[in-house]
Parts: sequence; structure tokens; C-alpha cells
Amino acid sequence: MSRIKQAFAKGKVFIPFVTCGDPDLETTAAVVKAMADAGAGIVELGIPFSDPTAEGPVIQGANMRALAGGTTTDRILEMAAALRRETDVSLVFMTYANVVFSRTVEGFAERCARAGIDGLILPDVPFEEKEEFVPAFRKRGIDFISLVAPTSAGRIAQIAREAEGFLYVVSSLGVTGTRGTITTDIGAIVRQVRAASNVPCAVGFGISTPEQAARMAALSDGAIVGSAIVKLIAQHGRDAPPVVADYVRRMSAAVRGAP
Amino acid sequence: MTRGRFGIHGGQYIPETLMNAVLELEEAYNRFKDDPDFNAELGRLLDEYAGRPSRLYFAERLTRRLGGAKIYLKREDLNHTGAHKINNVLGQALLAKKMGKTRLIAETGAGQHGVATATAAALMDMECVVFMGREDTERQALNVYRMRLLGAKVVPVDSGTATLKDAVSEAMREWTSRIDDTHYCLGSVMGPHPFPTIVRDFQAVISREMRAQFLEREGRLPDAVLACVGGGSNAIGSFYHFIGDPGVRLIGCEAAGRGVGTPETAATIATGKLGIFHGMKSYFCQDEFGQIAPVYSISAGLDYPGIGPEHAWLHDTGRAEYVAVTDDEAVAAFETLARVEGIIPAIESAHAVAHAIAIAPGMPKDSILAVTLSGRGDKDVAAIARYRGEDLHE
Repeated sequence: MSRIKQAFAKGKVFIPFVTCGDPDLETTAAVVKAMADAGAGIVELGIPFSDPTAEGPVIQGANMRALAGGTTTDRILEMAAALRRETDVSLVFMTYANVVFSRTVEGFAERCARAGIDGLILPDVPFEEKEEFVPAFRKRGIDFISLVAPTSAGRIAQIAREAEGFLYVVSSLGVTGTRGTITTDIGAIVRQVRAASNVPCAVGFGISTPEQAARMAALSDGAIVGSAIVKLIAQHGRDAPPVVADYVRRMSAAVRGAP
Repeated sequence: MTRGRFGIHGGQYIPETLMNAVLELEEAYNRFKDDPDFNAELGRLLDEYAGRPSRLYFAERLTRRLGGAKIYLKREDLNHTGAHKINNVLGQALLAKKMGKTRLIAETGAGQHGVATATAAALMDMECVVFMGREDTERQALNVYRMRLLGAKVVPVDSGTATLKDAVSEAMREWTSRIDDTHYCLGSVMGPHPFPTIVRDFQAVISREMRAQFLEREGRLPDAVLACVGGGSNAIGSFYHFIGDPGVRLIGCEAAGRGVGTPETAATIATGKLGIFHGMKSYFCQDEFGQIAPVYSISAGLDYPGIGPEHAWLHDTGRAEYVAVTDDEAVAAFETLARVEGIIPAIESAHAVAHAIAIAPGMPKDSILAVTLSGRGDKDVAAIARYRGEDLHE
């Protein structure tokens, strides 16, 4: 069983996101270990991109700081390989198509496999374009994680049928970032997914509080949080690991306790 | 290969949130593009409102001074709003209206596309928001105020390099947050399918007219067509109806900035490599890790790190040639055209004029060069003065 499957087999999963290299890769590695220890089932590792078109200002800022600090894809792969020797938590890369394409899809997939990466999320690669990427990762046992959005009407079943690992349910229109309220009918989307596939669904975009996480997890199989964590790291810098661990502990408890 | 490909280029590399929006746009475009009523309405707007057909002008004094090929100028600068951008915008705004959209958003570099979109929005009673890099709002302050006069809201973009690519990114972000009532009126032959095709079709009026004008005036087609290329909309519009005529050289003039050997350049074909960005596969200026390069050109409209996918394909097949023109060469051409012909071109268009000035003397006197003047240069006067060391207060 893949590490991602194992994570969902244990119950509802809290999935935190971190931008690699903000403020530096040593801090990122420490944050990931702290999050795994605090109950994260899967960790999303963001490889920074110069022009992250799906991100709101918080994660855009982290991308810019990481790149300005000299973070590169190669150094992130080295960090991930080192992390894999120390933790069993599922590690999923989240980045943009050009980051993968520029290393060649095969070359990048091979480096991911050697680093022990479990999945890949490319927000600018929709269902229509995924076959350019999927085979290189599938043959190495790495899940290509698809997304569905509030605007996916008529597309959910086809996406769900070919989904691997878990399905990333985008909670709201727009870009990443914390939101006061989420108005999308997540339950309806999840029901359509489940009618087509048994792939687990995790909800992301806009979640920051344990209450929101619990509500989203109750409607699905997990909750994904990015901007709220990236914000904590921006505030606390190298001292972030214990602060993030505390936050992840509360969020994980809320997700696991969801009905 | 997936939808909307030009060779290996193009495609639809966009967030899932936008997929139904581009599919809906494609469907609407396919429904209306051959619709007689739609085309009659658009034709009327182009003629009566935008002032088409644009003139083909024989630049006799410039020709004589250079002593070689005859130089003709396709005067897109004489269109309403002063650039070729209006051709595409009237088409897209009308299409958006037919789709029931009430709001247009757009990116702009030099401000020409933003002004055109604000104009169409005013004409068609639509709301309009234009995203413009903060640096460009300063370089092109006059156009910012012009857009506001037309009723548009201008949003300065501070992310990234605060120029055209960031304005595109921000417009895409805005579109993902509001799709129901909003059409993204993309200004160039770039982005996800169907935009490169839609924009090309609306700009192809340039070469359709040019072809007929040359046949009437000279009884033959030109030996070469030159146009400046950022994303490449005026160039593809100028090339399109000549692609099937192998005797007509197609020459795209990219912005070399301070030179293709320097990091301060925006010449994508000369310095970029294959990549995926802003919804399309094409050539992009980028580093070895696929990070998009912070490009530079004196021209805000050409200051873009990519090129439209159809140009990438025309380059791959060798059907079109792409050359790089520096700031210095473009500014010199800007001044030359002003003094010799009494025409102040947009600094973007001056890149194409510069290459014509470079190659015309080596060509036979009975050969013909067609140069598209994509826009007029009023907006650039202050920047050129600064380039020459004079500080103007607009």
C-alpha cells in the first residue's frame, strides 16, 4: 500500500503545506519533521516558482523569498531525500508545470522517486493536459494528484475516475489564501466524486481555523492548509518549527475528530 | 496532442477552476465566428468605429533615403485608440456580450490593450478592470489616466517584476475568482487555447487588408512583412494571410533590450527555451530551473518573457524569421520615422521599423517591404525624452 493510501486508511487526514526554502531549507526540513510529529498525515512541499498564478499574496511572498534566498529544485530534492531517511510521512510536491518540464518530466520523476516522494500536484495541469506528465510518475509509483473546483460541473466524474492518491477539492473560487467563510457546497462535490470513484477527497483553499478544518473534514476525508502555515513561518522565521507544530497539533486533532 | 496546438506548442495549462470557462469560450467562439449577424455587427464596428480599413502608406522619403526596397507602412496606428489592439478587443467584447458577460478584465503592458478594452467596455456598457504592472503605470501614466477617463478601474500590480507578465498573472488570478459575469479579454496571441486562435482571427484583418491593398497598388505581394513581436498579436495578424505565400518573407522583430548577450533583454526566440507558462507551451526566457526570467525592454508592450504558440511553431517550421532589435536601434528608428515621414510610431512598432531600415538598403529597388505600424507613439514621447536625457513633465 502506498504511503498516501496508508495515511487515509488510518482515518481523516490533515495535510499541511510549506513553501520550501522560506526562510531557508534547514527551517523547512525542521518544520516538516515537526508537522509529521504533530499529526500531519501527508505534507505538501511547495517548490517555489517565479510566477505562481494559482497563489494568493501569502504564498506568492514565500515563493519570492525562497527564490531570492537561492532555493533551487535540485536543493529541494536533496532536502526531500534527507527527510525521507528521517520520517515516514507522505511527501507530496506541489509546484508548477514549468518547474517539472524544465528538468524534463522523466528526469524530474526519477529524482522524485529516488528522494522517496509519494505524489505530485501541478495546479496548472488540468485533466486535458495530464497525460504529458502522468506516465513518468505512475511507473515510479508516484501519484499524480488531480484537482476539482467549484466550477468543475460536468467534469467531476471524469476527473475522479482517473484520480490517483487523493483528489484535491478546491473549496472556493480564486487563489490560495485564508477566507472567513466557504460557501461552496463541498458535500455535493464529494458525493459526485464518490459516485465515480473511491479516491479519498481532501478539501483545500481558504481553511485556517480548527472549526473550518473540522467542518471540511466532516464532508470529506481530509483538510489541506497552506497560507495559514506559510504566514506563521513568515512571522517566526527560523523559530517557526515549534509554533507550526502547535498549530498542526490543533488542526490535526480537529480533522481526526471530525465525524 | 491536446486541443489548440500549433505543432507542439499551445495547449491549455491552466487551473481546473478555469477549464469550464475556456471550454465555454471556445464553444461560443465556434458558434459565432461564422455567424452572419455577429460578423456584420463586428464589421460595422471595425469600419465605422475603429476606422478600418487601415491605410497602406508608401513611405517614399524613407525609401529614397535608404536607397533600396520600397517601404510601405500598414497604418494600424491610425485606428481608433491608436493601435491594432482595438481589432481584437471589439471582437472579444462583442463575443463576451453575446455570452451574457457584463464585465471585462484585461492585462496591459504599454497600456494600448488596456485603453482598447476600456474603450470597448464604455461603448458596450460593460464594467472594466485593467491590470497593469506598477512599473508600467509609471512608464505609461498617460494611458492610465486615459483608461480611467473611459470608466475603467486600473489595478497596479506589484507582484514579481511589476510588468506585463505579472499583469497577465494577476488577470488570470482575478478570472479564477470571478468567472460567471466576467470575460478575460486577453490582449495577445497567447494564453490557453482558444485565446491564441481567437486573437489571431480577430487580428488577421491586418493581413487580409494588406494583401488586397498590395495587389491593387503594386499588382503583387510584398517580398517581406515585418512586425514587432511581444506576445505577437500584430505580427500574427500581419503574417496570417501571407503564410501560404512562400515568396513573402515573414519577419518578427523581438525586443533585444540592451542586447541579446545581456540579461536585460526580452528576445524570447533568441534567448528562450521551450517551457510551459501562462496557459501555453511555447518558448520562454527562463533559467535552468524553469524560473521565468525578469526580462527588460524600453518598450512596455514587448517586455514579455514569452511568445505566442503560433509564432513558436512558425519559428520551428522556418516559415517566419525572428530577429532581435535593441533599445538603441528602436529609439533611432522612432526618431528617424518622425523626422523623415512625420510619423511618430509606438516604440514597439519602432522595432519593426528599425529592422526595415537595416535591411532595405541591401535589397533591390523593385523589392517591397511591408512594415506594420502597430501603434502610434504619443504615449512614448516622455519616455524617449528621458532616454535622451530630457525630463518632461506630462
